[in-house]
Amino acid sequence: MDSIQKNLLHEVAALDALPQGAYNIRSNGQSTARNTTANIDIVTKADKPGIDIIIKPGTKNESVHIPVIISESGLKEMVYNDFFIGEDCDVTIIAGCGISNCGDQDSRHDGIHQFFVGKNSKVRYVERHYGEGTGTGKRLMNPATVVELEPGSAMQLETSQIGGVDDTIRTTRATMKENTTLIIHDKILTNLDQKAVAEIEVAMNGDGGSCDIVSRGVAKDNSYQEVVLGIDGNAACSGHAECDSIIMDHGVILATPRLKASNVEASLIHEAAIGKIAGDQLMKLMTLGLTEKEAEETIIQGFLR
Amino acid sequence: MLELQNICYTVDGKEILKDISLTIEDRFVAVTGPNGSGKSTLLKIIMGILKPTSGRVLFDGQDITDMPVNERANLGISYAFQQPVHFKGLRVKDILELANKDARSFNKACKILSDVGLCAKDYIFRELNATLSGGEMKRIEIAMTAARGSKLSLFDEPEAGIDLWSFQSLIHIFENLYQKTSGSIVIISHQERILAIADKIIYLKDGEGVLYDDRDKVLSAINIVGPGCAILNEKGPRPEKAKGVD
Repeated sequence: MDSIQKNLLHEVAALDALPQGAYNIRSNGQSTARNTTANIDIVTKADKPGIDIIIKPGTKNESVHIPVIISESGLKEMVYNDFFIGEDCDVTIIAGCGISNCGDQDSRHDGIHQFFVGKNSKVRYVERHYGEGTGTGKRLMNPATVVELEPGSAMQLETSQIGGVDDTIRTTRATMKENTTLIIHDKILTNLDQKAVAEIEVAMNGDGGSCDIVSRGVAKDNSYQEVVLGIDGNAACSGHAECDSIIMDHGVILATPRLKASNVEASLIHEAAIGKIAGDQLMKLMTLGLTEKEAEETIIQGFLR
Repeated sequence: MLELQNICYTVDGKEILKDISLTIEDRFVAVTGPNGSGKSTLLKIIMGILKPTSGRVLFDGQDITDMPVNERANLGISYAFQQPVHFKGLRVKDILELANKDARSFNKACKILSDVGLCAKDYIFRELNATLSGGEMKRIEIAMTAARGSKLSLFDEPEAGIDLWSFQSLIHIFENLYQKTSGSIVIISHQERILAIADKIIYLKDGEGVLYDDRDKVLSAINIVGPGCAILNEKGPRPEKAKGVD
């Protein structure tokens, strides 16, 4: 692995060495390193690119890393990863994609992640997307995430696009059965002429469900973001969607929270706010000795934490 | 240490401050006066948040009138906002570390927060957002400013909204700051108990520095002058002088 690939791995998965537990590292369209454990199996799909991650029932405190890195200009791939999480598990899954494009051809990674979370299981999913490189070729990523929560299960998704991705459509669809919990924290930073579309749709189909979606976006320069947060309350459940954005320079953000209740016991709330960085926030940090630029960076860093 | 020369501040034709000239050499100076008398404007001009329409601000002999806020901060001026600012995503820990690098140590952060009656383990990872009460935000603001240990610490009505926290503890912070740093403290306050520990008091009215003298002289003058500062005539015994202040 060369230094560019190592850096990408660090950016998307905070990895400086091979991780503990199960992992599959995909580099330039190939699986280059893999480890399975007694409880977590990783199997290459026979019919299409991608892997199945099979987690045995009762697996606790284990993790799976499945970063994807692309440093070859012009590489385009579509990858299907399916996660089968047994009952009564408690696991962490770290995914992410980093593209370094120093060439003049577009590099593109499209990934579909499907999660089948078994009864009473708990999953934390962390996904970071990152692009870099000085070439004229674009860095494109289109991640799709599908979540199916069986009764009593809970999933927390921490997804972020931290910069350098020219164009993206990020879709997340979740279906929740009874007594399930879903927490989604999605963060997007765009600059230059980048464009990002994020759609998160949750169907709350079981009584006792609880869902909290928080989306935070920062659009700098001439970048454009569209965010759609939708919750369907089809049972006695509670759902909350919050879309909070900062625009700077000539950035544009279109935020659309959408709630639909088809059960009188469904309690749904949405909040949306878009604005520039508040002047008093800048001023407060400047009274602590930061320049205006440093204050701005500190505020954005915190906002997208 | 701080000299204001002929400071005027006018907004939309309204004179908020009218030709204020004074020199602050004392360690503990309180600014008082009726609402709308220009107290907060005066402190903001010292910090650089507002620029005077005319006049000069000198700090340790250096003209800082045109100096930006952050440079004044690095020169040794701190400022506690009357209305603490909310930040989405920034935690108490982050802001304390910006105020004082030593706060990276949990023990130091614990000390800073316990001075304002907050337990570090309950607060250090909390975001400075609306989930904190006004009183909690205010205490963190005071702690942050005190933690900087600056040459000149400015507090804009620190007593406002401190809810159930004991008033004596607030006074204790200023005493500590007084004793542990060699810096000066300038506090806007309506509270007699804070005025009672000041070395000197500036009394502003309608944008003019009506009085600036030793505490007892100003207190007795404004008690007699009366109508401008009725709040100072609180019922109850006069507090004892704080140790180490006089």
